[in-house]
Amino acid sequence: MSLLLLLEQTLNGIQFGVFLFMISAGLTLVLGIMNVVNLAHGSFYMLGAYYAATIMAWTGSFILALVIMLPAMLITGIVVEVLVLRTMYERDHMDQVLATFGLILFFNEAVRMIWGAESMPMDIPAFLSGHVDFIPDAPYPIFRIAIIIAGLLVAALLYVMITRSRTGMLIRAGASNRPMVGALGVNIRMLYMVVFGMGAVLAGFSGLMAGPILSVEPGMGEDMLILAFVVIVIGGIGSIRGAVVASIIVGIFETVGRSILPALLTQLMSSDAAQSMGPAMSSMLIYIFMAAVLFFRPEGLFPARTG
Amino acid sequence: MTDPILKGPILKVQGLNKHFGGVVATDNLDFDVEPGEIHAVIGPNGAGKTTFVAQIAGMIKSDSGSIMFDGGEIAGLSAHARSRRGLARSFQITSIFKEFTVIENVAMSIQAHDGHSFRFWRRANTDPALMDPARALLDRVGLGARAEIVASNLAHGEQRQLEIAMALATGPKLLLLDEPTAGMGPEDSQSMAAFLRDIKGEYSMLLIEHDMDTVFALADRITVLVYGRAIATGTPEEIRGNDEVRAAYLGEEA
Amino acid sequence: MMSRAKILCLLIGFLVLVAIPPATTALDADFYMGLAARMMIFAIAAVSLDLLLGYGGMVSFGHAAYLGTGSYAVAILAFYGITDGFLQFAVAVGASALVALIIGFICLRTKGVYFIMITLALTQMLYFLGISLEEYGGDDGINTDRSEFFEWFDLGDDTNLYYLILFFLVLSLWISWRLINSRFGMVIRGSQSNDDRMQAIGFPTFRYKLTMFVIAGVICGVAGFLLANLTEFVTPEYMHWFRSGEIMIMVLVGGMGTLFGPVFGAIAYLLFEEVISDFTEHWMIIFGPILVLLVLFARKGVWGMLPGRERGDD
Repeated sequence: MSLLLLLEQTLNGIQFGVFLFMISAGLTLVLGIMNVVNLAHGSFYMLGAYYAATIMAWTGSFILALVIMLPAMLITGIVVEVLVLRTMYERDHMDQVLATFGLILFFNEAVRMIWGAESMPMDIPAFLSGHVDFIPDAPYPIFRIAIIIAGLLVAALLYVMITRSRTGMLIRAGASNRPMVGALGVNIRMLYMVVFGMGAVLAGFSGLMAGPILSVEPGMGEDMLILAFVVIVIGGIGSIRGAVVASIIVGIFETVGRSILPALLTQLMSSDAAQSMGPAMSSMLIYIFMAAVLFFRPEGLFPARTG
Repeated sequence: MTDPILKGPILKVQGLNKHFGGVVATDNLDFDVEPGEIHAVIGPNGAGKTTFVAQIAGMIKSDSGSIMFDGGEIAGLSAHARSRRGLARSFQITSIFKEFTVIENVAMSIQAHDGHSFRFWRRANTDPALMDPARALLDRVGLGARAEIVASNLAHGEQRQLEIAMALATGPKLLLLDEPTAGMGPEDSQSMAAFLRDIKGEYSMLLIEHDMDTVFALADRITVLVYGRAIATGTPEEIRGNDEVRAAYLGEEA
Repeated sequence: MMSRAKILCLLIGFLVLVAIPPATTALDADFYMGLAARMMIFAIAAVSLDLLLGYGGMVSFGHAAYLGTGSYAVAILAFYGITDGFLQFAVAVGASALVALIIGFICLRTKGVYFIMITLALTQMLYFLGISLEEYGGDDGINTDRSEFFEWFDLGDDTNLYYLILFFLVLSLWISWRLINSRFGMVIRGSQSNDDRMQAIGFPTFRYKLTMFVIAGVICGVAGFLLANLTEFVTPEYMHWFRSGEIMIMVLVGGMGTLFGPVFGAIAYLLFEEVISDFTEHWMIIFGPILVLLVLFARKGVWGMLPGRERGDD
C-alpha cells in the first residue's frame, strides 16, 4: 500500500462523495422541509444519466446534454411533485414510502422499456478527457477532477443561496421549524415545488457526471439512494452542512475502505482468511460507522432541527 | 420508600432551571407540595407552567436542579420510572388512547402498575385483575356508562374526565394536573372542580389552572409564575392581597 | 366479533389451502402447489411485518433481513454437511433473533423517518454482506438441500413440505392473535397509539417494542427457513430491499393492523404478479402506478373492506 495509491484512492473517495452530496442535498431538504420520504429520489439520478446519455448519443455534445438535461429534470421533478408527492404531505411516512416505492418500480420499468435492460454507453467528453500528472508518476483523469470541482461549486452555490437569498432563508427556516414558515404567510406550495424541483435537478446533475464513470443502467439509482440515506442519517436531516461532511466521509469510507481494509487484514491474519473477510468487512464499514454515529448522536452530526 | 424520619413535603423542587436556546423557561425555581394539599400554579401565558409540569414528570430534562419526591431524588429518572414511584400527570392537550375503548384506556394505566407486561398469552381485556378496578374507577369519575365506547367518540368534557381517570388509575401519591378544565364549557368546568374537591385530601395535587374561580376555590396554596420565576407563594388570601402579583398578573385580567 | 363474511372467507380459504395438494396432484398441476406454498411463506412474513407496522407503529423497511437470515441459516449449515432440520431450525430462529435484536436496538432509539432509513440501510448492509461472501456463492446464490427431520416425515416430499408450511402459517396466526390481545400486545398497541402517554402512565416502552421487533424477526426468520427448503436455493436477493418493499405492499394490500389481512395481501400480490407477468414482462410499469393509487385510495386493504369492526380480534 503506497502513499500514492492512498492519495489516489482518497481523491476517488472525494469524487464519489460529490455524487452522493448532489443526491443527498435535495433529499435532505425535502425531508427536512416537507417531512416527506421520497424513495424515488434515486430515480432522478438515473433519469438525469439517461437524459444526458441520450442527448449525447444524438448530438455528441456534452455541453448540450447538460443544458437540456437540467431543465428536463426540473420539469420531471415538478411533474412528480404535482402528480404524486403533493398528495402525500399530509399522509404518514408509511404511505409515502409505499407510494414512492411504486414510483421507483414505474421509473425503472419505463427506462427498461425505452432504453433496454442493457447498460447504456456514455463517453467522457473530449475536452475533459486525458490525465494530469499533479501527483508524480500517477496520472489522474481530468474528468474526475472536473467532478470534484463541479461538486465544490455546487456546494458553494447552495451554501450562498441558502444563507443569502430570501428563498434560502425560507428553506432554512422550513427545515428547522415548519409551522413557522406557514405562519409567515409564505406560499408553501410554491416553496415545496421549487425545493423538490431543485432536488431533482441536483440528482440529475449527479447522474450526468456519474454516467461516463459508473454504468448507466436501470436501477442505478437505488444503491445511491441507500447511501444517500446513510449520508442523511449521519449528517442530520435537513442539514446541507451535514450532507457535505457526511458525503465526503461516506465516499472516502466506501472507496478507501474497500482498498485499504483487505490489505490491512492481510497483515493481521492469513491471506486466505483476509481474502474472504476483507470484502465482507469493507462492505459493512459505513453502516457500522452510521450505527456508531447514531449511538452517540441520534440526531446526526449536524442536527438542523432544534427544540 | 418513604423515609419515616424525614416527614415533610411529598414534592420538593429546588433550584430548577430550563433554557430553550436563549429563552428561559424555568428560572431557579423552588417549589413544594405538602401531603394532601392542593398547590396551584398560576401565571400568564408563556410563564412556563407546562414546561414546569413536564420537568417534574420527566418528559423534559432539566438543565439543573433537584426534584425530591417521596423522600428520593427523581431528577435523573425517566418519565416511566417516575410514574412507578407514584407520580401521575394529566395533559393540557388531551392525551388518551383514541382507538381503544374507555375502559381499556383506564385498564392500560392499571396494567402499567401491576407488575411487568411480558405476559404474552392471556387475554388482557377480559382479565378481571385489570377490568374490575378500571370499572370501579370509571364509576367514580362518572364515566361508568360510557365504558365500552371507543375513546375518540367521547365528548370533549368526557375525554378530559378520562384523562384524569387514567392518571388516578396509576394509584399515584401526587397528581400533576395540567389545566384539567382546558377547553371545557362552564358547566363541565364546574363538575370537574366538584370532582377535584371530592378527591381532595386523598391525593396531593399540583394544579395548573387558568380558571381563577376554580383555583381560588380549590387551592390551599398558590404560586404565581412569571417568565419561569416564582414571584409569590401563599394562601389564596395572601395572593389576592399581593401587590406584585396584582401588578404582574391579576391586574391585567381585571 | 368478526363478521360473517370474514369467517366465511377464512373458512373457505383454509379449506382451499388444505385441498390444494390432492387437487393439484390429481390434475397433474404441481406448479400451482409450489405457488401456493410460496404464497403461504410470504403470508407468514407479511403477518410478522404487520405486527410491527399495524400494531406497533414501527415502520420497518427491512423485513427481508430475516427472510435472508433464516434461509442462509439452512444453506450455510447444509454447506458444512449439517442437514439436521431441528438444528437448522434452531439456528434460523436464533440468528434471526440476534439480527433483529441488533437492528432493533439501533433503530428503536430513533423515530419516524430515521427509523425507516436505518432499517432500510442496515438490511441493505446484510444484502451486500451476502454478496461479498464468495464462499457461500456470493451474488450467484447457493444451492441447498431440504432439511432432514424424522424418518417418517420426509421433507423431500413436496406435499409434506406444503403441509409443514401450512402448519407454520396457522401457528404464526395463532401466536400473533394471542400476542396482540395479551397484556404485552396492549403495551405494543398502546405505544403505537400514544407512546408519550404510555411512558407517562409508567410503561418503559422501549424494551417492549424491542421484544416485539425480535418476535416479528423470528417469525419472518422461520419463513426464511421454509423458503430455503421450498426453493432449495438461497441468494442475497432474498435480503434485497425490494423484497422488504414487496412484503410491505402485501401488508398494505391485505389491510394493515388486521390479523388475517396480510395473508390475503400476500396471496393477492403473488397471484397478481403471476397473472400479469404472463401478459407482459414489463408488468411493473402497470403495478407501480397501481401501488400509488392503492396508497391514495385503498388504505384499508382487501380484508379491511369486508364488513366488520377492525379491532385486535380480527
